[in-house]
Amino acid sequence: MSARANFDNNLKELKEMLLEMAHKSEQAMKESMVALLNQDMDKAKKVIDGDNEIDDMEDAINNKALLLIARESPVATDLRKISVALKVSSEVERLADIAVNIAKSTLQIGNEEYFKDIIDIPKMMGMALEMVSESITAYYSEDIEIAKKCAEKDDAVDNMFGDLIQELLSYIPKNPNATNQIIQLSFVCRFIERIADHSTNIAENVVYLVTGKRINLNE
Amino acid sequence: MVTTYLEKESTEQTIQTTVQLHMEHILKVHNLEIFYGEKRAVNGISMDIEKNSITALIGPSGCGKSTFLRSVNRMNDLIPGARAQGEIIYEDLNILSKQINVVALRKEIGMVFQKPNPFPKSIYENITHALKFSGLKKKSQLDELVEESLQKAALWDEVKDRLHKSALSLSGGQQQRLCIARTIAMKPTVMLLDEPSSALDPISNAKVEDLIVELKKDYSIIIVTHNMQQASRISDKTAFFLSGDLIEYDATEKIFTNPSVKKTEEYISGRFG
Repeated sequence: MSARANFDNNLKELKEMLLEMAHKSEQAMKESMVALLNQDMDKAKKVIDGDNEIDDMEDAINNKALLLIARESPVATDLRKISVALKVSSEVERLADIAVNIAKSTLQIGNEEYFKDIIDIPKMMGMALEMVSESITAYYSEDIEIAKKCAEKDDAVDNMFGDLIQELLSYIPKNPNATNQIIQLSFVCRFIERIADHSTNIAENVVYLVTGKRINLNE
Repeated sequence: MVTTYLEKESTEQTIQTTVQLHMEHILKVHNLEIFYGEKRAVNGISMDIEKNSITALIGPSGCGKSTFLRSVNRMNDLIPGARAQGEIIYEDLNILSKQINVVALRKEIGMVFQKPNPFPKSIYENITHALKFSGLKKKSQLDELVEESLQKAALWDEVKDRLHKSALSLSGGQQQRLCIARTIAMKPTVMLLDEPSSALDPISNAKVEDLIVELKKDYSIIIVTHNMQQASRISDKTAFFLSGDLIEYDATEKIFTNPSVKKTEEYISGRFG
């Protein structure tokens, strides 16, 4: 048995817990988009109800991380692994909250027919979800290149957000009855833009985990 | 993106270099080799020790850190067959030179050992013994020095009413602080501490650690420790030794958060040693 095998196993378990939580959050975001597009109220409610489980997972990760700090006095890479797990779990928890926000917007819009086909929002969501997936892969494999690749996409999502908001707001004068859904859809665009930001934060944490240096990938 | 990152790093480096240039060094070690008979225990190490700071020496048993520490006040002279080559420059003199007056040197570069080793005399005499030996006889002066050094060693309040009781009646932690007071009384510039709190309970250890941090205002301190937490808590710079080589020497913060050498990381994170 290698020195500190027990500690190494615990670090591995911590990482696995976080990957499991990330998987659940990704699922919630996907479901929330499907619910929005299909105006599926039941699905939206399920996303909202499912958030408690993800919150509990975050608590479990935090508790385990603090226990490891208290018991094992981690230094250097071990310490970064734990501190990054704490930070990333908080980003992932925010991602799940965003899924809830999108689901709430779906409920707000209700069954009121969309004033036009919703095409660009799922496209933007696709880009953001790709960033989530890449940032989590980067975390899993501790790969800076994937982390950087993820962060590079943030600008494209930001630009798309700007364009979409302008477009959506321009519809209001001609479709005053659709004001509520246009506002809710604008919120959804903003939520998706935040997904990209959280992914970039995760990517930055991966760079810190591997190199010990804090950099801003969002510049 | 990448260029911004590089620019940032180089600014950081410039700042670090500037800080290093302004740091005063109390000891300059150059190409130091120490032998026990045929066996070489320290393989030509070079490092500068900063003034008024705490330098921690870490590494597994037999790595040469204590041998190095003992060479700084020539304690190795007492070991048959031990010899040192290279330079340890202190106030423009090579400590290793034959011309050095070792007794005078040890007044300036004092040492505290792992196990508290008070003389089997009173607390008062523990402090005054060496002072008397070096010619100080006046009682008022001795009294003053006893109080001053016990104050500095954070022991005065605990022992002021029983200065003439045996030092052996003190607890382990108090005995160790007495040994530090005994060293302080000689008014050294450098203090060498060889695992000074490894034999102490946690509270005594914490008191000794607080004391060491307090003492760096007046002295330059080199401490050998097997306690990684202690090194990371109290030292400013940390040197990692392995098999007689100095593997990495850097700011303690850097060593314990992001060491440059893999072996250092493996050692401080408890993967070997």
